[in-house]
Amino acid sequence: MENFQTSLGEPNIASILIFFAFVGVTLYITYWAAKKTKTTSEFYAADRSISGFKNGLALAGDYMSAASFLGIAGMVALKGYDGLIYSIGFLVGWPLVMFLIAEPLRNLGKFTFSDVVAFRLKQTPVRVASSVGSLMTIIFYLIAQMVGAGALIQILFGMPYEVAVIIVGFIMVAYVLFGGMLATTWVQIIKACLLLGGATILVVITLGFFNFNPITLFNTAAEKYSDAVLAPGGFVTNPWDALSLGIALILGTAGLPHILMRFFTVPDAQQARKSVFVATGFIGYFYILTFVIGFGAMVLVGTDIVSKFDKGGNMAALLLSEAVGGVWFYGFIAAVAFATILAVVAGLTLAGASTLSHDLYVNVLKKGKSTESAQVKVARISTLILGILAISLGLIFKGQNVAFTVGLAFAIAASANFPSLVLSILWKKFKTNGAVAGILTGALVATILIIFSPTVWVDIFEFESAIFPLKNPALISMPLSFLVAIVVSLLSKESQAEESFEDEKLRTFLGIGAE
Amino acid sequence: MSIQKTDLAVILQSDRFKELVNKRWSVSISLTTIMLVVYVGFILLIAFNKEFLATKIGEHITIGIPIGIGIIIFAWLLTGIYVRWANSSYDKTVREMRKQLLDE
Repeated sequence: MENFQTSLGEPNIASILIFFAFVGVTLYITYWAAKKTKTTSEFYAADRSISGFKNGLALAGDYMSAASFLGIAGMVALKGYDGLIYSIGFLVGWPLVMFLIAEPLRNLGKFTFSDVVAFRLKQTPVRVASSVGSLMTIIFYLIAQMVGAGALIQILFGMPYEVAVIIVGFIMVAYVLFGGMLATTWVQIIKACLLLGGATILVVITLGFFNFNPITLFNTAAEKYSDAVLAPGGFVTNPWDALSLGIALILGTAGLPHILMRFFTVPDAQQARKSVFVATGFIGYFYILTFVIGFGAMVLVGTDIVSKFDKGGNMAALLLSEAVGGVWFYGFIAAVAFATILAVVAGLTLAGASTLSHDLYVNVLKKGKSTESAQVKVARISTLILGILAISLGLIFKGQNVAFTVGLAFAIAASANFPSLVLSILWKKFKTNGAVAGILTGALVATILIIFSPTVWVDIFEFESAIFPLKNPALISMPLSFLVAIVVSLLSKESQAEESFEDEKLRTFLGIGAE
Repeated sequence: MSIQKTDLAVILQSDRFKELVNKRWSVSISLTTIMLVVYVGFILLIAFNKEFLATKIGEHITIGIPIGIGIIIFAWLLTGIYVRWANSSYDKTVREMRKQLLDE
């Protein structure tokens, strides 16, 4: 493929047709789901009717973003083995979600993870603090997704950035606003199937060039470039950096509000458990596929062409799909990438709306006293607010380097949401003051440190050297959050919180009284 | 739900319930520790002994490839082990205790 031709950047009939089909089907599902979405339990939790297997697929759909599909495949295409190190970090958090969080979360919570943190503590301060952690995570994640969506669609379909951002915003609001969690879940399931199916086909066609033997592919890569592509390279130069990023990815996964929210959609703890097993399997499989796709692009497209289209290699998977499957297959993969972004953004929006309406409006402003119909109305208004916010963020950050925001979202999730959640589940002496102090410390320290870190201070502000040496702050902010939460709890008196821990056990372990 | 306050106290104080709680956390914490040791070990290996991961096991293939992909599969198997344990052992006790409490 010496004279590589690509239709990247031109409107592609195949991708437009497939994308319209996807939007058509998902909007039809939304119409169907809307009829079943009248109560709060239906709006936020699909009336707890989703089976473990379906929820597992939906979790995978929520988690496999376009960034991990295109970004990791691109990293592998340009750097080889190092991309795999990144995927492993993204996967290893899932077993921890299973062992520490999934079942107690399902048994103790109602609609948001803040329900669990605030379970036996004072509602107002804890809800406010944990909404701060939750919303910061969601907003930073949304920035990355919206800017990525605009840029990606611009390249894929030749559509103006602003138009792309507004289309994504409108469709995603339609899903959540009318169809609530039920529609959002089906969007995730369809997207997960398309993404897993598309990636599998891409891998099979690619391996067809190598007698269906991945080892031949790896060997060809080593012969074309050097043996170094099959071994760890420059990704980990400083072990502290790697460890800090690892902590953010692992514990952050266990603190992402849109992921945690999914555990309320299943009928019981057993199904919650099953859904993590299914999700981990699909996500792991997907990362193995992206590894092969990356090497396929490295060999069949070439690193020079991959990096010509995008310095980070984000177009590798798409270039490969065109190289091996022609323009129609490329169109299919492009449409899948678009659908992927839409689904992730819808999940984030629903989680954000539940924080605004269920945590802040109902439980803080109205002290838990609000009629069912008023709650659903506020949930829908919150969805609109989040939708407008998402579109605005996409437009404001156009052309900005927002690569750090995903790292920051994970760092806050790992440093604010995760410690408070785990302590509330596991530790009897956890108190209101400790929760508030721990959450705010985690969120604040993570944000401040990332500003002084090389990712922002050097890459964006272009200072010569960073004040804080690590690229991701989690190594400092996570333990600090735990420490502050524990010390402040030990210094506070709140007998009610300790006493209800014993009663709470019946619900945590036996599921008695769980909603 | 009609659980008497006294029943509740009896259950919560019972050895069987305490054992259930302890067992659940000891399984969870052990599996969490195994996962973290494997992951951190891998990162430390990359940081301090890249040469090992670059060891050839084929013409060009390095040992790092099966190890990396192996960790992904291992993480999934660990979740499977937990599900198996919970489905067979944990759930059985939970069912019995719920029955006792709620006359389900």
